[in-house]
Amino acid sequence: MRPFLYESATDMPGALKSGLSNADAANRAPTQFLAGGTTMIDLMKLDVMQPSKLVDIRKLNDPALRGVQATSQGLRIGALVTMAEAAEHEAIKRDYPVLSESLWMAASQQLRIMATVGGNVLQRTRCNYFRDVSYANCNKRNPGSGCAAIDGVNRLHAVLGGSDQCIAVYPGDWAQGMIALDAQVEIASERGRRSIPFAELHREPGTTPHIETVLRPGELITAFTVPAGPHTRRSLYLKIRDRESYAFALTSAAIALALDGDKVTDVRIAVGGVATKPWRVKVAEDSLRGQPLNEATALRAAQAAFAGAKPQKYSEFKVRLGQQTVVRALLKARALEV
Amino acid sequence: MFMTNPEDKLENAKPKVSGGSGISRRSFLSVTAAAALPLALDGANRQTSAQPQTAQNPRDAVPMRLRVNQRDYNLNLDVRTTLLDALREHIDLTGSKKGCDQGQCGACTVHVNGQRVLACLTLAVAAQSADITTIEGLAQDGKLHPMQQAFIDHDAFQCGYCTPGQIMSAVACVQEGHAKSPELIREYMSGNLCRCAAYPNIVAAVTQARDFMEA
Repeated sequence: MRPFLYESATDMPGALKSGLSNADAANRAPTQFLAGGTTMIDLMKLDVMQPSKLVDIRKLNDPALRGVQATSQGLRIGALVTMAEAAEHEAIKRDYPVLSESLWMAASQQLRIMATVGGNVLQRTRCNYFRDVSYANCNKRNPGSGCAAIDGVNRLHAVLGGSDQCIAVYPGDWAQGMIALDAQVEIASERGRRSIPFAELHREPGTTPHIETVLRPGELITAFTVPAGPHTRRSLYLKIRDRESYAFALTSAAIALALDGDKVTDVRIAVGGVATKPWRVKVAEDSLRGQPLNEATALRAAQAAFAGAKPQKYSEFKVRLGQQTVVRALLKARALEV
Repeated sequence: MFMTNPEDKLENAKPKVSGGSGISRRSFLSVTAAAALPLALDGANRQTSAQPQTAQNPRDAVPMRLRVNQRDYNLNLDVRTTLLDALREHIDLTGSKKGCDQGQCGACTVHVNGQRVLACLTLAVAAQSADITTIEGLAQDGKLHPMQQAFIDHDAFQCGYCTPGQIMSAVACVQEGHAKSPELIREYMSGNLCRCAAYPNIVAAVTQARDFMEA
């Protein structure tokens, strides 16, 4: 690990000020905020991330960053809430099960206790060529150097949202639930505050795979909001893995559903493990809205979800598996007693 | 070797294994290294304060205080030092094990403020002002914790390398209420890998200790 300066922030203005300082043109992200550290410390050990300063925000007592508020309007989840806390929050479990399930099915309990939800949505890809610095060609790590994964072992890589420069998968689960439920992200920096739709937080790799989000240097996610709605209770997360627990998704589906009899009045579908960013499939949702939900309509929606899929040499299986995951998740959501 | 309280150092440097010479391999290596680096030690041994300080040069050692198993340790460490390395290399508590060192195996699991975390992904400097418990702090008054006893009773290990992490994780698993069924135990213990595959025995041990702890 490279040497770095460590600062423990005691208040928000101080944290935001520190977050902006120490700019260095040669280093794209010289100062990084540290919360749970489960991605940051890991990637610093691997020399993938090389911050020259860490601003530890874990001890900030700012109430805006902490706690879960559940009202009739929806949820507000502070960015420093841990994955374990959010997964076990009673209102989230009862009224937004997709958000609880996508958390407890991720990582291990130790990691969920450490990791915050703010950091979770910014988790970097698990692409082995990104994580292994002995590969010089990684456009995400080393812009313009090429992509080792496209000609490499790409079984775990994206089939949606990739480009000829990067096919690294966005690894998170919770983000699929958040994008499905139209969450908003609250962001603060020394320049001020802004709020953006969760769907706009992450970027497709395109020709700039090293720029993964729309966050600007010095910006800090402070909270997430999730609007209430008739679809949030009949919601779930289905995750397909190489082993039953403690593994990243091969494919997954976040579903939220509102039914009138067997007719779909509202539906939200996002798929994980298959795309370069959190991936909501509105075209699949549109194909179901107003229709009865059965195996045939579910399959049609699932096929629409993967219509643009571009599998690689070893990831062909993800298209069929992804479709079946959506079908099973939709039918399971239909059967839920709410 | 950066301990600033000489009493702490003496206490913790006691040989843990009595071989022919009465000196463990670990403390022998530690003494040898210290003898070879008197100047470095001298420089690093300056007084420290409990308050976190910001170094100006990223290569400067940072003074920090860690509270481990209800004792305070004043240390002066490279800021890159993980909690796991601080425990093992600087406080000489080698019960917490280094498996993968990347948060994938659970061998380094310790408790921070009563919650299980991975010491290998925790910076020591960020663990100040927290109550840290390691496997060495689990037994009370010379009596094994019910989870330790249960691992012995059920032969819940083979090589034993993952065991301290398994036990720390299991104690927290019960306290969290995630040990109510074998299925839940398997799910909530999945962050602790056992290459000897003692899993069925581990589940049996956690079940026994759960009943004892909740009685």
